[in-house]
Amino acid sequence: MSTATIASDLYQRAWDAAATVTDPEIPVLTIVDLGVLRDIEVGADGSVEVAITPTYSGCPAMNVIAFEIELALARAGLPGARVRTVLSPAWTTDWMTEDGRRKLREYGIAPPAPGAGRAALFGVESVPCPLCGSTDTERLSEFGSTACKALWRCRACREPFDYFKCH
Amino acid sequence: MATTSITVAETPVVLYALRRGDDALVLGHRLSEWTGYAPMLEEDMALANIGLDLIGQARSLYTYAGEREGAGHDEDKLAYLRDERQYRNLLLVEQPNGDFAHTIVRQLFYSAFADPYWRAMMRSADATLAAIAAKSEKESAYHLRHASEWLIRLGDGTDESHRRAQDAVDALWSYTGELFETDDAERTLIAEGVAVDPATLRATWDATIDRVLHEATLARPDSAWMQRGGRAGRHSEHLGHLLAELQHLQRTYPGATW
Repeated sequence: MSTATIASDLYQRAWDAAATVTDPEIPVLTIVDLGVLRDIEVGADGSVEVAITPTYSGCPAMNVIAFEIELALARAGLPGARVRTVLSPAWTTDWMTEDGRRKLREYGIAPPAPGAGRAALFGVESVPCPLCGSTDTERLSEFGSTACKALWRCRACREPFDYFKCH
Repeated sequence: MATTSITVAETPVVLYALRRGDDALVLGHRLSEWTGYAPMLEEDMALANIGLDLIGQARSLYTYAGEREGAGHDEDKLAYLRDERQYRNLLLVEQPNGDFAHTIVRQLFYSAFADPYWRAMMRSADATLAAIAAKSEKESAYHLRHASEWLIRLGDGTDESHRRAQDAVDALWSYTGELFETDDAERTLIAEGVAVDPATLRATWDATIDRVLHEATLARPDSAWMQRGGRAGRHSEHLGHLLAELQHLQRTYPGATW
């Protein structure tokens, strides 16, 4: 195999392995669904570096995610891979895939409204209930069980639910 | 064996990152003190979340300060091994939590500045600072809304909550002048387009504060006398106690992890 083919093969194996890593707080979402996995670089010496971006500055899941990536790559026969955190461009909920939004809803968490511009950060007045679909819902707290979620309640089915807030 | 303190070679950009990082760490630590004690469960979670955002911002800023200094000081060394006089934070953020009104007013005074400040810093000529600003800006927007909504509820609430909210505004007012200060080191960065002149955000801050105080039926203090010194390491007595709690484990068991 040529060097380029080997590099591209390494890249694919590394990506496939990293793509199996899930968010420790929301295990139905992979880091690809979340848009956290940004890039993989394969060096001329065959070294692998995975670039991830944090969702929130202080998200404690990032350390676990970095560890899980190293583990997943080692299992895939790529030991010694490094994980690098990139801050720019800043992560936004717009990077969450459609598939990710669907999985989130099925898991009982309302997905973020698309178009996370500044208006969308604060423009959301109604979040459909992920359990019964009613739009008759209310915000209980801007800050939920993790940094990325707010706490809402459905007035129709009376169930409280998490809302993955726009960012 | 206790570990010795470090000193940092404070070039303008290192000093800049330490100042903004210290603001975020000290305020984040203050908010973490509410965990388990906040007036209700949702608020307990909210204050812990905001504290976590701030500590996350501090980590990015410290990491960058350490890289630019190039003396092997990582985020942990900068947080745990500098003495009080080497901390460069605003006096505002080290003030004790007091009652819930004091915590909310402190948060409003800081967030009403941090939100437009980080937004302006997204255009910094320094790519790392611009990236940190882009993350911090979105977080600060939520923090500002949280503090504004609470102060309006407290000020325009019962006689008791109104009195306490006004007490807090009066008590913390003299710490707000420092938000807009600059010195020679920072002016160098402002001239290079690396930092934003905080004085240019004065009108935005005033407008936010006036709007929230008005809606909260609270009076804006007319005292113009302002406390200062935090940026140069001259602190109120409160910071030393805070650092004793924050640092004692690393000072007693250097390099301890869990």
